[in-house]
Amino acid sequence: MTKRTTRRVALRGLAMAVALGATTWIATPALAGKADDTLNIAWDRELPNIDVYFNNSREGILVNRMVWDTLIYRDPNTGEFKGLLAESFEIVNDTTFEFKLRKGVKFHNGDPFSAKDVVATVDFLLTPDTGKLAQQTIGWIKGAEALDDYTVRIYANNPTPLATLYLAGDIPIYPADHYAKVGPGGMGESPVGTGPYKVTKVVPGKEIVFEANADYFDGSPKGKPAIGTVHQRTIPDVNTQIVELTSGKLDWIWKVPADQAEKLATLPSLNVISAGTMRIGYLQFDAAGRSGENPFQDVRVRKAVSHAIDRQAIVDNIVRGASQVIDSACYPEQFGCTSDVVKYDYDVDKAKALLAEAGYPDGFRTEIYAYRNREYLEPMLGFLQQVGIETDLRYGKYAATRDAIRSNNVPFAFMTWGSGSVPDVDAITPVFFGGGPDDLAQDPEVQAALQKGGSTVDEAVRLEAYQTALGKIAAEAYWLPLWTYNTNYAMSQELDWTPTADEIPRFFFAKWK
Amino acid sequence: MLVYTAKRILLAILVSLTVSALVFSLLYLSGDPATALAGERASQADIMAIRAAYGFDQPVYVQYFKWLAGAVQGEFGESVYFRLPVIDLILERLPVTMTLGVCAMIFALALSIPLGVLAAMYPNSLIDRAALLLAVVGQAMPSFWFALMLIVLFAYWVPILPASGSDSWQHFVLPTIVLGYYATPAFMRLTRTGLLDVLSSDYVRTARAKGLRPAKVLFKHALRNAIIPVVSLAAVQFGFMLTGSIIIETVFALHGAGFLAWESISRSDFPTVQAVLLLFSWFYIILTFLADLLNAWLNPRIRVA
Repeated sequence: MTKRTTRRVALRGLAMAVALGATTWIATPALAGKADDTLNIAWDRELPNIDVYFNNSREGILVNRMVWDTLIYRDPNTGEFKGLLAESFEIVNDTTFEFKLRKGVKFHNGDPFSAKDVVATVDFLLTPDTGKLAQQTIGWIKGAEALDDYTVRIYANNPTPLATLYLAGDIPIYPADHYAKVGPGGMGESPVGTGPYKVTKVVPGKEIVFEANADYFDGSPKGKPAIGTVHQRTIPDVNTQIVELTSGKLDWIWKVPADQAEKLATLPSLNVISAGTMRIGYLQFDAAGRSGENPFQDVRVRKAVSHAIDRQAIVDNIVRGASQVIDSACYPEQFGCTSDVVKYDYDVDKAKALLAEAGYPDGFRTEIYAYRNREYLEPMLGFLQQVGIETDLRYGKYAATRDAIRSNNVPFAFMTWGSGSVPDVDAITPVFFGGGPDDLAQDPEVQAALQKGGSTVDEAVRLEAYQTALGKIAAEAYWLPLWTYNTNYAMSQELDWTPTADEIPRFFFAKWK
Repeated sequence: MLVYTAKRILLAILVSLTVSALVFSLLYLSGDPATALAGERASQADIMAIRAAYGFDQPVYVQYFKWLAGAVQGEFGESVYFRLPVIDLILERLPVTMTLGVCAMIFALALSIPLGVLAAMYPNSLIDRAALLLAVVGQAMPSFWFALMLIVLFAYWVPILPASGSDSWQHFVLPTIVLGYYATPAFMRLTRTGLLDVLSSDYVRTARAKGLRPAKVLFKHALRNAIIPVVSLAAVQFGFMLTGSIIIETVFALHGAGFLAWESISRSDFPTVQAVLLLFSWFYIILTFLADLLNAWLNPRIRVA
């Protein structure tokens, strides 16, 4: 064998070794979805403690619905309330709810479910200083009482129109004995509920494996899950998520940026859906002068700003997807939200005229606070510049921005609000116009109307009250409501799953095609 | 030597305390942690309740000294975000960061020292130019972009490596290349410059005149001296690789300690940030200390000095 032949043989050997190594690598990360009945999903943020009372992220809500059950269930498409852990329920009076509980239901650890668990859950929620983060959805509860093993009553402090919504989503029932033993830490490490999926593996912040609960009770409106395993991984970078999705290692991702969603939609192996969410964007003016004397105390200036920004152009070109321009200080599909209010079309001349009338013919300079979506904010600042309003941007974290508003330091802000997916005006408008620390309008008439709407369960009275409040808010231009947000979902074509407007993915309804 | 070591350790403690106190105050400037934890739907009363439950209602210095007292006893507290002991979180994630750092360092040295030696042996040659090009590209290319390009190439077009996760050794191949390559140019240029300098020195000329084999002159006499600044740089770079791999950990979803620190800052998770920071500052201090010792071993003149 010549030296050249030897070298050639050696090179071939090397090439073969590389090819074999490559084959080994190819074989290793096989993670088929439909083939092994495992739905591989990813999201970008590390989920804190899985105990739902100790996290307030949207992903936490998703996990909540999979692992735990509430007493009642609200159909996200029809809005109809049905029994879940309760076979039936009755609103005894404005402050009393009675539930007949389902028999034969078991927690994932085998503990039987009964009225004791409901009372223990409520008692835990009413215990102060536990550090739970879900205060807002439980503050209305006065207490719970077991009438017998399978009948329980929950009492409200006052008539609470959102009570049934909270009971149907935010108050899952925990196993009394188990939770007393392990507490939030143990529940986070090894969650135990009655839900359609049980958690079989948790690596905090990294992955969660859900297995279908084979013993899930018949008659649940959630139904028995069709997919055997859901494997969630946290992948912070959206580009990496996209590569994993397109290479078949993931079956479902969400919150895909609009431009990338449009590109993914062209791939035949993927299905991309843009769906609306309950989050809305808005510009908030310090009309009450809480931050000191400022131009926004003059309604003509607020109206000028409202006319100066072409919201439709921003939605069409930047926000995109299922988003839509809004005119009222609420999400259009929330109960009580009306679009029958004053609207401000894009009209630069009118804006300039209003500014001149208000004594600012050359415009003025103001601070604007914001904490997200700079890409939406920049064009708005450009529009304001066109009418002579120069801005000094104070861009910070959410907590710092909201603190600044509450500490009377903000004349003008670009903010958003998601209502916690609660489909009722009471989850948004009173927060900003009800006289609380976020109320920069401080309008007694609006406050009274919202108080009226939030303290009765009479739907007609509520609708009228919210019409009054929202009408006044728009007429006075206390806010410039901007647009609804959207979420882009991208998934394998083999997956049969439909998003809902409340932005809570329910994988117990998913199935393979 | 003992006094020198004691002084270094005392200095190290002062440095880490100063840094941690500074960070504690800076984190507070970024917003109320109770507001961040409570979420957007929380009322003022809810925030007050959370502030009390987590001890955020106490003065900042009281919170800091409480934390410090615990840390001195090895008690780093509980993550306010995960509600798990901070030490458990760090111990779970540190192996990922350490593995990545060590692999990247080995990769960087294995690539840069031979290239640096070749460039010095043949200055202004094609090899030298190619090495320079490699260095310029490595320094100029943003690591996140390089990471994404490698992912597209090796996880999508030719899918032989995983794009995310840390479950097997394959998961570390691409991150190692990205992180290691970023550190390569500095090592390479330093090796080249040092070696060129040494190769023109009197003792090397003498060694050559004595008729020693070129390989022996290069590796035994020249490289040993030329490598000394590389050792110091390696210590600093290794510290960077352990602490500064946040972008790479993010892109490859590695969930290491660097990513934990980064995310904890945005979540205002003070106990976690503080503990990771303390740990990282100690890494740097220990690494530079070890580099000094190694340099002293390599060059007896340093010991005398």
